[in-house]
Amino acid sequence: MRGIRGQRVLLIAALTLILVLLLAAGIGSVRIPPSDLVGILLTRIGVSLEPTWSETAPVILWDIRFPRVIMAMLVGMALSVAGGAYQGLFRNPLADPYVLGASSGAALGGALAIAFIDRIRLPLAGVWKLGPVPLFAFLGGLAAVTIVYNLASVGGRVPLVGLLLAGVAVGSLATSIVSLILYFTNSQARDAIVFWMMGGLGGANWWKVGWMLPYLVLGLAVLVYYGRELNAFLLGEEPARTMGVEVEVLKRVILVAGALLTAASVAFAGAIGFVGLIVPHLVRMLVGPDHRFLLPASALVGAVVLVVADTLARSLLGATEIPVGLVMAVIGGPFFLWILRRHLKPD
Amino acid sequence: MYLTVESLTCTYGTRAVLNGLDLRVNRGEWLAVVGPNGSGKSTLVRAISRALKPASGRILLNGREISRLSARDLARQMAVVAQDTTVGFDFTVEEIVMLGRLPYLSKLRGETERDRAAVRRALLATGTDQLARRSVTQLSGGERQRVMIARALAQEPSLLILDEPTAHLDISHQVEILDLCRRLNRQEGLTVLAVLHDLNLAAQYADRILLMKDGCRYAEGPPGDLLTEANILGVYGSRVKVIRHPVEGTPHVILLSRESQGAGTHLPQASGSAGWDD
Repeated sequence: MRGIRGQRVLLIAALTLILVLLLAAGIGSVRIPPSDLVGILLTRIGVSLEPTWSETAPVILWDIRFPRVIMAMLVGMALSVAGGAYQGLFRNPLADPYVLGASSGAALGGALAIAFIDRIRLPLAGVWKLGPVPLFAFLGGLAAVTIVYNLASVGGRVPLVGLLLAGVAVGSLATSIVSLILYFTNSQARDAIVFWMMGGLGGANWWKVGWMLPYLVLGLAVLVYYGRELNAFLLGEEPARTMGVEVEVLKRVILVAGALLTAASVAFAGAIGFVGLIVPHLVRMLVGPDHRFLLPASALVGAVVLVVADTLARSLLGATEIPVGLVMAVIGGPFFLWILRRHLKPD
Repeated sequence: MYLTVESLTCTYGTRAVLNGLDLRVNRGEWLAVVGPNGSGKSTLVRAISRALKPASGRILLNGREISRLSARDLARQMAVVAQDTTVGFDFTVEEIVMLGRLPYLSKLRGETERDRAAVRRALLATGTDQLARRSVTQLSGGERQRVMIARALAQEPSLLILDEPTAHLDISHQVEILDLCRRLNRQEGLTVLAVLHDLNLAAQYADRILLMKDGCRYAEGPPGDLLTEANILGVYGSRVKVIRHPVEGTPHVILLSRESQGAGTHLPQASGSAGWDD
C-alpha cells in the first residue's frame, strides 16, 4: 500500500520537476515562452522547425539557463538526499547535511582560496577547468567531516552523540577561523567571501555540472542501496545489529556518501540552508519513513524546491540577483517553523 | 548443548561487569537470568548480541564462536527483543516485521513470497495480524512489544533473547507477553534466554534460573531449588518469605517491609510452603 503511494509520489514529483525545469529555463531578463523553448529543444535533437524565436534565444538557453537550472536541480537533490540520510542515521529529524561541519569546513576552504590564491590558476586543463574556490571548498568540507569522524571514533566504533558534538565543535572552530580571515583580509576579498558564503548558483556552467553529476549519481545510488538497512537503523543501533546489519560499516558508508554529496554541493553553490532539513521532512509526511522511497522522492522534491528558489533569486529584483541561500532562508525558515508547529500540536 | 558462554569477562573501563561467567542454554529450554541491578544481566545480553566486545572468554552458538559469524548469519539464528523499542518514525507494523527479514534479503532484490509468508506467520503467532496496517507510533506498550517479538520471529531464529521484555508493561500485558513466549518455546521449540526482573515471573515461566551477583554466577538450577530465602538474602540482601504459588505450584517470593523483616512477622503460609525454606 505504502509502496504504491511511494511510486505515485515519485511519478508526480518527477513530472513536476520536468515542468519546473522548463518553466524556470524560460524565465529571465530575456523571456523565452514555453512554446519556443520546446521548439528550440526539438530543433536541437534534429527536428526541423521554422524558428519563431530570436537567434540569441538558443544561445542563452544552452549556455546560461540550462546549466543554471540543472545545477540548481543537482544541488537541491544532493542536499535533500544527504539530509534525509543523516536524519535516518542520527534518528533525529533535526539533522541536516551540515551537522558534521561540512558547510563550515567548506566555508573555510573557500575563504582561504578567495583570500590567498584566487589569482593563481590551477593546472586543470580542458574539460575540467575550474577555479580554486570550488576545489578548496570541497576539500575543506571533506576535511572537516574527516576530522569530526576521527575525533568521535573510539576503539573502532563511532558513537553518534560523539559525532554530533564533534561536528558542532569543529564547525565553530572553522567558522571562527573564517572570521579571522574576514577581519584581516582586504575589503575586496571580504566582499567576495561574504557573498560566496551566502550561497548562490551564479556562474553555473556545463563544466561544473560535469563535476557535480558523478557525486550525485554515486551518492544517491549508494544511499538507496543501503536504504533497507537504514530503515532497520531507525529501531536503534543495537536492535539493528541483532537484525543482521553491520552497523559500523553502515555508519561509515552513510557518512562518506552524505559528506561527498554535501561537500560537492557547497563547493559549487555555497552553503544553502534549509533544503536538506525541510525537504526530507515534507517527503516523509507524504511517503513515510522507508528510505528506499524517501531518498529518491527527496531528491526530486529537493530539486523542485531549489530550482524554484533559484528562479526567484534571479528574477524577483529584475536584473539584481539575490543569493539563493538568502531566498531559501527567508522562505524556508518560516516554512520550517510552520511544519514544526504542526508537528508539535496533538492530532 | 546450544548456547555456551565460557569464562566471559566484560569490562567498562577498568571495572569488570562480568567476571568469568559460565553459562549453558540447552536446545529448547527456557533459561531466565535474574539478579539485582548492576549484577551484569544486561551486559550479558549485550555481549551475546555482540553490542559489546568481551575482554576475555568465548561465546559459542551451536559450537561456533559468535565473534566469527557475520551479523547476517548470527541474525538468522538468534533474535533479540529489548526492553522497550521506541520507534520515532511512522512505520506500519507490517513494515517493522518485514525488517526482521533483513538477514535473508539481498539488497537489490525485493521481498520474495517466502519472506511475505514468514511475516504472515510471525504476525499470526503474536496476534498482531489485526494491527498490520497500523502505525507503530500509535500502539500501546504491550502491542508494540508484541510487534517486536513478531519482528524477532520473522528472523526465524532458533534462539530468542529477551532483555526484560515486560519491564514497562502493566500486569495483564506482562502475562500476555510471557505466555506468548512460552507458547513459542513449547510449540515451536524456540530456545529462550530471558533476563527478567521479576523473580516470581521467572519462577513461573523458566525451566531453569541463573542467579547472578556482581558479574558472577551465584547459583543456578530449576526454580524450585533456586528461589530460596537464603539465596535471595545472599544475592539481594533482603529478607523475604518464599511460599508456594497456589495455582502453579512454583515458588513465590513475598517481599517484606523493613519493619516486618526485623520483627520476623509470621505470615499465613500456603500449605507445603515450608518446603521452600532453607
